[in-house]
Parts: sequence; structure tokens; C-alpha cells
Amino acid sequence: MAGITKRTTAFDDENLSGRSQKLYFEVTEEENYTYYGNHEVDFNKRTSIDCEGIDAHALNQKIRDAIRKGYGSIVIKNPGAKHSLGVGILNKLNLIFEGSLGYFGIGCIDGPTVRVNGRVGWSCAENMMSGKVVVENNAGSCFGAALRGGDLIVKGDAGARTGIDMKGGTILIGGNAGAYTGFMMQRGRIIVCGDVNANMGDSMYDGIIFVGGEPHSLGTDCVPGEMNEHEVRWLEQKIKNAEIDCKVPASKFKKYVAGRMLWNYDNLEPAEKKGILG
Amino acid sequence: MCGIAGVINKKKTVNVGEQMGLMLQGLKHRGPDSTGYAMYGTPLKKGFVMRFKISENEAEKVNATVDSPADLKNRKNAVDSILKKHGAKVTKESSSTPYAFRYIFDFKGDLTDLATEIETVEKTEILSIGKGLELIKDLGDANTVSNQYGLDKFMGTHGIGHTRMATESDVDIKSAHPYWAFPFEDVSVVHNGQLTNYWGNRRVLERKGYRFNSNCDSEIIAVYIADKMANGIELEKAMHDSLDELDGVFTYVVATKDQLGMAKDHMAAKPMVIYESKDIVACASEEVAIRNIFPHEIKTYDPYEAEVKVWQA
Repeated sequence: MAGITKRTTAFDDENLSGRSQKLYFEVTEEENYTYYGNHEVDFNKRTSIDCEGIDAHALNQKIRDAIRKGYGSIVIKNPGAKHSLGVGILNKLNLIFEGSLGYFGIGCIDGPTVRVNGRVGWSCAENMMSGKVVVENNAGSCFGAALRGGDLIVKGDAGARTGIDMKGGTILIGGNAGAYTGFMMQRGRIIVCGDVNANMGDSMYDGIIFVGGEPHSLGTDCVPGEMNEHEVRWLEQKIKNAEIDCKVPASKFKKYVAGRMLWNYDNLEPAEKKGILG
Repeated sequence: MCGIAGVINKKKTVNVGEQMGLMLQGLKHRGPDSTGYAMYGTPLKKGFVMRFKISENEAEKVNATVDSPADLKNRKNAVDSILKKHGAKVTKESSSTPYAFRYIFDFKGDLTDLATEIETVEKTEILSIGKGLELIKDLGDANTVSNQYGLDKFMGTHGIGHTRMATESDVDIKSAHPYWAFPFEDVSVVHNGQLTNYWGNRRVLERKGYRFNSNCDSEIIAVYIADKMANGIELEKAMHDSLDELDGVFTYVVATKDQLGMAKDHMAAKPMVIYESKDIVACASEEVAIRNIFPHEIKTYDPYEAEVKVWQA
């Protein structure tokens, strides 16, 4: 049996378990890591790009060009709910969308701070590595799918399967969340200030879901956990930082974790896990 | 992955043909095989409007059919004589293609008998009969169909539409959506998803005497809703029942002479975005379609799983 690895994180007494996490996941890495070829940008250097009449590919190219020229703050006008806008940005950047995004918006990003003054469609910020995303209205389904790090905040409601397969980071939802929230989540934290619909945390391996309202029902292997004072403090801070007007005090939030009854995730080699997950 | 859309203007007649055309063109990438419109014009005070086709648009080329002009003429004459036999008086007739026709006729008899007999004519299918409903579907994208049938000036209150990516049945007009709920006037359905208990449900409904024109799983929703409504069940209740009795992943939109409704399955696996204001409600598979009629920023939301909504015109 593989030993339980203890490591100090934001929660002083949190146990991180599993060999894969010990070997392949470095919690502090995202703060310091930069990619080869990244550009130095000045946040005081501003520009705006109009999305009217151009497609996602052209817009994403224009964002890259602006980063290359050292612009640190970019405003995108008239995004018009188009799909795949702002994907694959691996640079520090302050990016503002003055409108709604369609599907797969700002996916695979690592580093930027993004504000969306509108709604986002399905699979927003999929596979995000680090940075911060704030959505002012509602979000569609699969919000933050396979999230690996960073903060993902929606001030309104989020759709079904929020945080599906997430492997790190924090998702914060100001309103309600849909069915199967936290489906198959493996790490990270989801905070829902409102209610959660059916089958919350179905088949979750690890990670924590905090709920301010009530989950309609719990999925397989999702069980209530006990809140400690570190978590209350952390929740308070997160919700305050996100400027969300949450009616429920942090101490009244409920905590849900994995029951670890489905199968022993800790005891398997990565290759074996791959076989099981297909 | 099909695209569905619906729009309802509250207490107001507008160019709904243009609204639907813009929305469906915005969903072209979700399904380029065929496009269908079910639109509700000002209801006729007397008589019915009927849309029917007497052949398939078989070839890739628009307007190309494999039937000879003589075949088409014979079938049209057969339909005309059946109408005459049942005492229906055609007051207006028009056609946009050699195989699709629009009739307005006065009729006082049994609509089911008439419709059933018309469909005995070879390759003939009634797309819709109603006071206000006109159902148009053909191969190609929204603009192609709209131009072909002159839909960009269709005045009405509400409509639904569909862009189809064929998965489990053929690329032809009979498998294209929307579906009319035969034989109920003014009920139509569009659907995105797959139904897994189609054959079981179809057998049950066929035993009750309903007819199915295609092997497309979406058709069953229209027949299912029609069956419920025939038994005096309200549209909203029938839609709630469907969530438990139809199995699979689906989101569908249904329209009646003065209502528009949407339902989403328990898994919430198929998308739907809704915009509501006091004058208009628009719903579509993707926001980008709604934004084709509202270029300014709007506040939209996703309905949750097992949700049913019905709006009044």
C-alpha cells in the first residue's frame, strides 16, 4: 500500500494523498512557471480589438500580436457570443471581454486575468492551468471542465457538469449550479453559494465541494465532510475577494468530499489507473 | 449535434420568417444537411392551410428530383381529386418547387380521414395542416431553404426551426425536422439529441393508431405530445411527463397555435440558451444564434436539467 503523503498547503492540516500527486503535481509551480518564449507585458499599456466581422482565429491571432508588442491590458469589443475566443493564452495579461462568449471560450489558458462582462457558453476555461477568470453573468454547462489551477469565478448561475474531471484550482459560483456538479473531480475545490441540482459530486475521487444552499441529491461516492476553521477562513476570504454578495455566512456552508468507496485510487500505479479509466 | 431554435413575439405580428432565418443560419455549423421551419402566421378565420410534398429532394443539387414531371403531375392530380372527394374546396394554391405545395382550402369534415387518404398517394407526405402553422423543410442551409420558399417575408407571431446533422436516419426531407403532430392542427416539434426507447414507444403509439412517416427518433416526440393532448392533457403537463417516459439525451422545442415550449432531459446533456424580455422570447442551441437577431448585449441563461418552460404568444 502506498503511503499517505502529507504536504503543507493553503490548509495547514490538509492531507494530499496519492502517489501521482506526490510525483507529478507541484502545488506551488503554477505561481512561478513561465513558458519559453513568453513576452514581457506592461499592464499600463492598453489597446482594444473589435471582434465585429472577424472570426475566432483572427481575433486570437490579434491578441497574440498585441502581447508580442507588449500590451498588458487588452479590451475585446463586440465578442458577440462567438465560439473559441481567447483560447491558448500562456502569458500574463489583463484581458477584458465587453460581452458574451460562446462555447469553449478562454480554454487552455495559463496566466492571464480575464473578465467577461456577459455570459459564457459551454466549456468555458476548459483545462485552465493558472490565472483568474471572472464572469459577470451566467455560465453554461461544463464550466471549468478539467480545470488544473487558478481561480474561476461566475457571479450568476452555472449549468450542468460544472467542474467535471477537474484536477486542481478553485471554481466559485455566486448563484446555483446544475446537475452532476463536480462529476469525476479528482482535485481542487468548488464553492457554490446557492443550491446544487441532482447528483452532485457523482463518482468523485478527491477534492472538496462547498455548498451554501442545499444540494438536491448527492451522486455516488459523494459524502458530507466536516468543516474546520481554516476552511471557514479560506471560504470567507475567497468569497470576499471575488466580490460576491453571498447571503450565507462562510461558517454555514456545507462541505462534501469523496467517500472513496468506488475503488482505491491511492493504491494504483499511474499506468494501472490509465487502464481503469480507459 | 443538431441545432434547434424558437422565437415567440408576445401579442404582436412581426416578420418571424426573417427572425427564424437569421437564427438558423447562425446554427448552420451544428448541422448543414437540412433546415426546417415551422412558422405560425395570422390564423385563418375559416379553412386550413396545408403544406405537402409529392416527392423527395433526392440529389445533392437543390431542386433536382428523380421523379419525372409526368409522375409529379399525376400525384398532384391524385391529391386534388382526394380533396375534392372529401368536399374540400381549394381557394388558393402555390408552389415554390416542383415537389412542394401550399394549399388553402375550406373543409368541414374529418381532418384525420382526409390527411390519411392524401398520404396514400405515392411519395406524398403532408408536412402540416393548420389554421396558422406552415411547415417548410428541405435540404441545404437556412438561407438556401428561405430563398427557395420565400420565407424572409413571413409575417407571424412565433416559429421554431431546426438545422440537422443526420445521425441515425437519411439525409432527405422526410427525416428533416420539424415534425407536425399528425393529425393535430398547429402542433410541431424540433429536437436535438437521441431517444433510446424509440422503438418501444413507437410500437405502443402505433397500436393506438398513430402513423409514423419516417424512422427518425424525433418524430415520436410530436406524436407523443399529440397523443397526450388528445387525451385532454395540457401541453406543459405532457412535456413534464415526457421527461420520464422518453429515454435518452434530448432537448426539444414544441409549438402550438399560441404557445412555445421547451424541455430538457434529466442529464441536461443537450444545450439550450434562453433570452426573455417582455416583448419576445428567443431560445436556441447556442447564444450565437440569438445574437443574430439581437446584435447588442443581452442577458441570457441556460435552463437546468428536467426543466420545462412554456410561453404564451
